[in-house]
Amino acid sequence: MVEIFKGGIPVIETLERWYEECKLEGYGAMIPFIGIVRPDNGIEGLSFDLYLPMLNEWFKKWQNLKEARIMMAHSFGDVMVGETSFLCAVFTKHRREGFKYLEEFVEDFKANAPIWKYDLINGKRIFAKDRAKKLPGAGILSEK
Amino acid sequence: MIKVEFLGPIGKEPMEVEAGSLKELKEILNKDESLKPWLENSAVAVNDKIVQNLDVELKNGDRVVILPPVCGG
Repeated sequence: MVEIFKGGIPVIETLERWYEECKLEGYGAMIPFIGIVRPDNGIEGLSFDLYLPMLNEWFKKWQNLKEARIMMAHSFGDVMVGETSFLCAVFTKHRREGFKYLEEFVEDFKANAPIWKYDLINGKRIFAKDRAKKLPGAGILSEK
Repeated sequence: MIKVEFLGPIGKEPMEVEAGSLKELKEILNKDESLKPWLENSAVAVNDKIVQNLDVELKNGDRVVILPPVCGG
């Protein structure tokens, strides 16, 4: 299951918990990725909607890897600049396959996880349409 | 009845419709002008599984979700 937090993720506490949980499981590498909200274009922060049933279904295929373990947390609601909205950690025996998994995992996450991002500007949520990616089969209900 | 939910930024309340197939549902949804721009770029899931063509029968109690383009992280 994806760990879900309302607002910013408690980064160090979560990473420490994952580290404690996995450190004796034979993994020699833990590669964390901490997604920090940037102050681009004067935004106050970001805001997120999630669709949990399909998010957890999507994450399942990343939980059944033979030689790696992946942990993930994501926020819903408002996350202010400097806070973290996406956190993951890849555990592998050696670092090389860990970096490979991290890249593949984050790419798949960006393209397929059912999450919607909004910029927070003057307290209003504005859908980040220009940064969003269509899911497979997008447009099948359109008459165009 | 089929329950249709509109996710993320679409901002439309769920609705219940009578439709025996995705093709029928397509006709119903396209009557709503405010939905048309979203339908152009949204994906569709039936009972939480993404479908990629319209040859899908719907039965009573099925849930359809409309998923606009995503952006996590």
